[in-house]
This record gives sequence, C-alpha cells and structure tokens, in this order.
Amino acid sequence: MNGFDSQFFLEVLVGGLLSGVMYSLVAIGFVLIYKTSGVLNFAQGSMLLFAALTFVSLVERGVPFSVALLVTLAVMIVLGLAIERTVLRPLVNKPPITLFMATLGLSYMIEGAAQLLWGTQVHALDLGIDDTPITVGGVFISKFDLFAAGIAATMVALLTAFFRYTRIGLAFRAVADDQFAAFAIGLRLPRIWATVWAAAGVVALVAGLLWGARLGVQFSLSLVVLKALPVLVLGGFDSILGAIVGGLLIGASEKLAEVYLGPYVGGGIESWFAYVIALAFLLVRPAGLFGQKLVERA
Amino acid sequence: MTTATLSASTSRPISAPAWFWPVAVLVVAYGVVPFVHGTYLFEAILTPFLALSLAALGLNLLTGYTGQLSLGSAAFMAVGAFAAYNFNLRIHGLPLVVSIFLAGVSSAVVGIVFGLPSLRLRGFYLAVSTLAAQFFVQWTLNKFGWFSNNNPSGVIDAPSLTVLGISFDKPVGRYLFALTIVVVLTALTRRLLKTQTGHNFIAVRDHELAAKVIGVSVLRTKLLAFALSSFIIGVAGALWAFAYLRTVEPAGFNLDRSFQILFMIIIGGLASIRGAFFGAALIVVFPLILSRLGGFFFGGVFDSGVLDMSQRIVLGALIIFFLIVEPNGLVALGDRLRKRLQSSQPSKTTV
Amino acid sequence: MSELLHHSITAPDEAIASSSAAAATTGAGYTVNETEAVRPPRGAPAASPALKLEAVTLAFGGVTAIAEVDLVVPSGEIRAIIGPNGAGKSSLINIISGIYRPDRGRVWLGARSFKRVPTQQLAQLGVARTFQNLALFKGLSVFDNIVIARAPARRAGFVEQLIGLARARREQADAHARTAAIIEFLHLGAHREKLVNTLSYGLQKRVELARALVARPQLLLLDEPMAGMTAGEKQEMAGYIRAVRDEFGTTVVLIEHDIGVVMGLSDKITVLDYGRKIADGTPAEIRVNPVVIDAYLGVAHDDEVFNDNI
Repeated sequence: MNGFDSQFFLEVLVGGLLSGVMYSLVAIGFVLIYKTSGVLNFAQGSMLLFAALTFVSLVERGVPFSVALLVTLAVMIVLGLAIERTVLRPLVNKPPITLFMATLGLSYMIEGAAQLLWGTQVHALDLGIDDTPITVGGVFISKFDLFAAGIAATMVALLTAFFRYTRIGLAFRAVADDQFAAFAIGLRLPRIWATVWAAAGVVALVAGLLWGARLGVQFSLSLVVLKALPVLVLGGFDSILGAIVGGLLIGASEKLAEVYLGPYVGGGIESWFAYVIALAFLLVRPAGLFGQKLVERA
Repeated sequence: MTTATLSASTSRPISAPAWFWPVAVLVVAYGVVPFVHGTYLFEAILTPFLALSLAALGLNLLTGYTGQLSLGSAAFMAVGAFAAYNFNLRIHGLPLVVSIFLAGVSSAVVGIVFGLPSLRLRGFYLAVSTLAAQFFVQWTLNKFGWFSNNNPSGVIDAPSLTVLGISFDKPVGRYLFALTIVVVLTALTRRLLKTQTGHNFIAVRDHELAAKVIGVSVLRTKLLAFALSSFIIGVAGALWAFAYLRTVEPAGFNLDRSFQILFMIIIGGLASIRGAFFGAALIVVFPLILSRLGGFFFGGVFDSGVLDMSQRIVLGALIIFFLIVEPNGLVALGDRLRKRLQSSQPSKTTV
Repeated sequence: MSELLHHSITAPDEAIASSSAAAATTGAGYTVNETEAVRPPRGAPAASPALKLEAVTLAFGGVTAIAEVDLVVPSGEIRAIIGPNGAGKSSLINIISGIYRPDRGRVWLGARSFKRVPTQQLAQLGVARTFQNLALFKGLSVFDNIVIARAPARRAGFVEQLIGLARARREQADAHARTAAIIEFLHLGAHREKLVNTLSYGLQKRVELARALVARPQLLLLDEPMAGMTAGEKQEMAGYIRAVRDEFGTTVVLIEHDIGVVMGLSDKITVLDYGRKIADGTPAEIRVNPVVIDAYLGVAHDDEVFNDNI
C-alpha cells in the first residue's frame, strides 16, 4: 500500500476496455436478433463456436485462408436461414420465453453437431496478428486487442450504417418498433427474420475468429455468451449502443476488480463479477443504461 | 353447489377416482420395486431419477407456477448438498433428516437473496440475473476450502444414511430414503398449490398487474416462490449427493445441470407436478437408451465422446420438438392420448 | 350500513333474489380498518365524495394525455367517462388506480389524498378495478379467480395454510362464503369450477367484475366493461352494474363506448376530449350539450377504426 501506481492502473483500464470490446462484439449478435424478433438467442455462443470450428478445421485441412473464410461465411448464412425456417417460423406468435427456450435447445444441437463434425480437440487459430505489446503514451497495449477493437468498431459502423441508410435496414427498424404495424404495411417478416439470422451468423463468425484466436478453438468458446449476457442486461437487449457502452463498462470494471479486489477474495472473481455489476446497476437504474424500453412500452 | 359438482363429474369421464393413481404408484414404489434383484436399477436409474424429479418439482414451482424463469437451479442443488454435508459434519449428534432440512433452509435463504432482482427485473433480464447465482455459488464453493472441509479438490463424501438407528446405505435403502423424502415434499407441494399461497403464485404468473391491484403482495409472493423452490431444489441436491453419487464436487452442479433441470420441466410439462416426474424420467432414461441403440447400430464408432455429442443433439432437438408440437409437455401428450382412448370406447359412467 | 338499506329499495329483481345471502356476509365480514381507510372521520360531513381529482395532469414524453382534469364523484353514484379514443379515459382510470403517476394534481379517495395512489394498497383503500383487456388468471378456475381477491384480508402465512391451522381455516371459510355469495349474485354458479379461459368473452368479463366485487369495494372502476359484447350481453352487464350499486352502495366509475348503454345506466356523465374535461352532467344534459355533440358524437363512427389503447 505504498502509493497508487497510476501507470499500472491505466494499463489495466485500457486492457479492460479492449477486452470489453470483445464482449460487445458477441453482444451485438444478440441485439441484432432481439431488435427484430424479440428473441434472446442463447444459441449465439454455439453459432460462434460452430463458425470458428468450421473455419479452423478447413484451414487445417489445407484450404486457403480466404477460401475457408468464404466457405464458413456461406455455411453460417445457410445455418442462419435454416434456423429461421425450421425453429422460429413454427414458433411465431409464441411467448418470447418459449422462443428463448427453443434457442437453448438449438444451442445444444449446434454444439453437439459442431463437435461431432469436427471433433473435440483444441485447435490453435492464427489470424496472422501478433499478440505483442506496443506502447502508446507509455502504456503497454496488446496489438491483437487493438486489432480486435478495430474490427469491432468497423462492424458496429457497418451495422449502424446498414440500419440507418438502407431500405432493408429501415424495414428492420420498423419491425423492431412494431411488428404488427410493419406487417400491416406489407413488410415481409419471414424474409426480414431470415436476413437478420444470416447476419447474426456473420457476426458470430467474426466474433468466433477473434475469440478463437484468443482462447483457442474449443468447446469453451461457446461459453463467451455468458460474458455477453451481463453486458446485455446492462445495456439493454435492444440497443447496439448499449451493447458497446455496456461491454466497455463491464470489461473495464471486471479487469480493475480482478486486479485490485481479486487478491483479497482469492481471485477468479471474473466468473461472476460482471453479473454483480449489471445487477447492482439495474437496482439503481431499473431502465438500464439508455432506458428506452420503458418509454417505448408505456 | 350441486350443479357445479354434477357438471364437474360429467364433463370429465374419469374411470378411476382421483386418489387411485397416486396410491397405485406408492404401492408399487414401496411394495414391489424394493424387491427387484440387482443394484443397477436403483443406483443408475431410480435414485438419480428421484433426486432430479425433486429438483424439477422445485423449479416448476418457480418457473411453471410463478412464471419466474431461473437458469441457476444447479447452484441451489449445490448449496443444499454442501450445507447438508457441513451441518452433518460440524454439529455432532444432529439427526440426518434435520441436516437435510436445514440444508433446504440454507438453500432457501440463498434463493431469497438471488430472488431479489425479480422484484425489479422481468423475463430475460431476470433469467440472466439468475445466472449470477450459478457462477457465484460455484466460485464460492471452490474458493473456500471450509465448505468441503479443506478437501484439496473440493470433493465431499456422503455420511452414512442412518435414521433412528436404521441404516439406509445399501442401494435399495438409499432408494427408499430418497423416495420417502420425495413423496413427503411432493405431497406438501401439491397441498400448497391448492391454498391461497399457491393461487397467489399462479396469479402473479398469469397477470402480475391484476394480482397487484387486487392486493396480492407481489413482492412477498415472488420471494416466497424463490424460497420454497430453492428449499426443494436444495433438498434435491442433498439427495443427489448423499443418496445417489455419495461423493460430489462443485463442478457437478454446473450450468449444464441447471439447463438439464429446466429441460425436464419443459419436456415434462410446465406447471404440473406429474410433469416434473415425467421429464426427469425421460432425461434419466434417454441417454441409456441412446447408448444402447448407438452401440447396436454403429458398434465401436459410438464411443463415449460420440455418445455425449449425439446426446446433446437429440436433447436439443427434443426441446425444440416439444416447444413446437406440444408446449405443455409429456403430461399434455399423455392426457390427449388417454382422452382419445376413452372417446373411442363409449364411457358408461353413471352418476 | 344505512347506505346499503337506502339503495336496496331500487334493486332489480335478480338482485333481490340473492340479496339475503349477500347481505348476510356483508354484515359478518366487515372489519373496522377496511372501512376507516376510506370513510371520512367521525363528525365530518357525510357528503365527502367517494372520488375526487384535483387538476390532474399527465403527459407521456411530451404528449399530454390528461390536462388539468377535475372530477368529483359523490358516494353511491354511477359515473360514466366517455370520449373519443385517445381522449385519456384509460389514463384517468390508471391514475386513479395508481398505475400511472400524474405529473401534477392529487387524487382523493374518500378522505385521503394521494400524489400517487399506492396500487398495492388499492384493495385496502376500498378500490377495485377491472381492465380493458381481460386480466383474469387463466390458470385458475372461476371460483379461484374470484376468491383470490380476498388475499389482502388474509393474515395466515403459508405454513398455517399448509397445515390447516384454525386461523387459516377460518379465513378460508370466510373467503369462500363471500365468493359463493358473489357467484350467486352474478349468476356464475354453473361455471364456478371451470377454467376461466374456457368461458365466453362476456362471461369472462363478468368473472372479472365478480373478482372486483368480492373485496367489497367502496369505489369500483370499470375500464370498458362492455367492450366486445353483444347487445344482449351489454344489457345484462348494465343490469349487474346497477344491481351492484343498489345492493352494496358501491360508487361506480366506468368507461364505455356505447353511448346508448351509458345514457341508460349512469347517473352522471363526464366527457373528455384530448385529455380535457369538456362537459359534466346528467345524461339528459350531455345529450343536448353542443360542445359534446361537436367533439364526440359527431366523430363517433371514426372511433371504431382506431381501436388502440393510449
């Protein structure tokens, strides 16, 4: 307890913020589906695993990087379309909780299928970005983390532009605001849902590659959903901005707590700390970070 | 009054009185099953079935009857198991049944704490917040050696199951021990659901605002549901540890276990006591069937890894199947089947 | 009690038939604190109205739903609130039952005034309400849907109920007797053991009325009690509402679209338009009020097109 090392604090903070970006990346996949169909898609994590596993297995079998990427992309889009067709469409108009449970079943199916198909061993995934630290203003930052943050920022920019400036994006927003009205003015919901599930598949691919490069591609990759859920509780299930800010908040506070609080309670608190932050925050502000859902539903 | 009872008895063509089936099941469970030879049936099927049924019953109270989705059931099983172990270990002379009861109470207290968010959060937000219980409890049990009496790998060993000097340590004895606890708690739950308290649960589930307006205390009802549900699940955890596995570690109560229990009530039937038992039966028996079938058709290729993966696939598919085809689960499926059988032969019930 | 006697003079036939059963439980079950909550203190003029709104204003994100509404409903009156859709009728009921908090103004229930009415205490304050869309508990039978409204009067905890101790049994018997009386009063006897969602829409509306009545409210708020009913069902429901007032002296505030039914049923009518009160008076006065005719009656037909709630 001799003096506060602000340099070290800054490093921890930046590291936390950057890992928060990785959480946001997973959370955005949830938001995409929740916004348009009101479903909390628990299978997002297994889709991420499926994407990373498919990609890495193809590369290991000698398929060139870019071809493997395209093939996986196609597989994820087909998977998204298939899910919409076989699981969601028969459950349309069912309570959201029912749909959620269906995605729980879906996540079991995809996890099982991914590992039955590609095996259960751990694969290393090299995206060609070194995980070497560089110094920015005297603070060490992982190059890979920066790269991941850059990708995430690009994804967010693309999604935002998509929602704001394209015809189909505007249709998405109409569906998100009022499914019934959107239906009444002739927007075809099944088509929009199919598109959005395919898009979620693509997001899963990007997140899967980044997380896979970080942790190795294996079963536990699907557990990154558990990191994204508190982010969603904090930021709201329907807000992309919320997913980003929530991810940053949780990433930063989690790392800080791990470093400064962890030693006192025995470490390993990152398994639950994010949930406690999210819950504590909601006790103070029940409407969440941006509080739009209360206004919308009034 | 008379018109009501008349219409009730004529609208449902019952061939046996309401008490017939429960009594028949009890007679078989106590009078016939214990005399079956071999230990496999008891150790691999019946005892885990009983413990999981009880856990599913507890979750059904919370999720099926009160409408509060929980993804943290395994945490409460863990609290029950480790609390029973410690009560038994640290308080000398405490009767085993009292240890198990206190384990249920401990689990109920933890349940109330993690139920507090339900006063503010709904639906998915609440479901996610119950994950906090899952991770926090597992972390605590792993982190603090005291809970497992400083066993280096966090494993606890079950004590001898002795009640009033009678040993229940043999496979059949453990079955009877679990059976008795499950029967008592099931009967109490059944009765509770018919009281005002039970109706309050259903009211909060069906229309929370209307319940509030007529003066049902939503706050108290939700917390009570969390407490009672966690009590039952905690006792189920103690049975899981003491009567079934005999040695358990915190990792045995992971998120997969929580989902397993949730799947039981979806497959068996939400808001149904029978549903909890049907769902548990299916979940316990179906891996055994799958491994037999797999071994028969694919031979050596069907190793434990493949079995594990195909189990996940089939289980996931079953969940989706039930949600789409029969959202009310096996119970509704059974009822429909029975109705069809009865309507095919004209009933000759006379009032 | 004098109110009850006074009003029973005008009770319709069907109410008289069951009045003895209902009156018996009324006398037995009234507890002191229930009545004190809303009755004016001793010595105060008996004219204290059942419901009073003072300059109540409510806006949703800049859109004004209720603007400076004053309202006085004397005890024992049947008051209809009418107005085109979006006029703020439902908002008004939601303010009185504490679901919305007004931005300005106060709500008086009897002698007590509130900034925001505590919804959880509504039953103890002697207020009951029904909802525009059915708000029954679909997992419970008709009988259980009604008897549950005695919940706030029950003191026995779940363990007492589970074991069946004397207090729990006594409360149970009392609740059952009151429920049986209400079921008879509203002629629901043939359906008492059925699950509510197996009943016709009109019957479900009646069950909701029964649930509101079993708590013996002094003030009954009905949010479109006859919406979606056939003409015959509407007449029937109007008869029951009148019988409730006559039998129990209950003050009734109701929202209704069908002008014909409202004219015949209510003692006084309040007309809202764009969140403002534009008229207040007897049905005869309202019928000839030029402002009302302009604002409301003239557009009555457009009304059915936009069938959303505010």
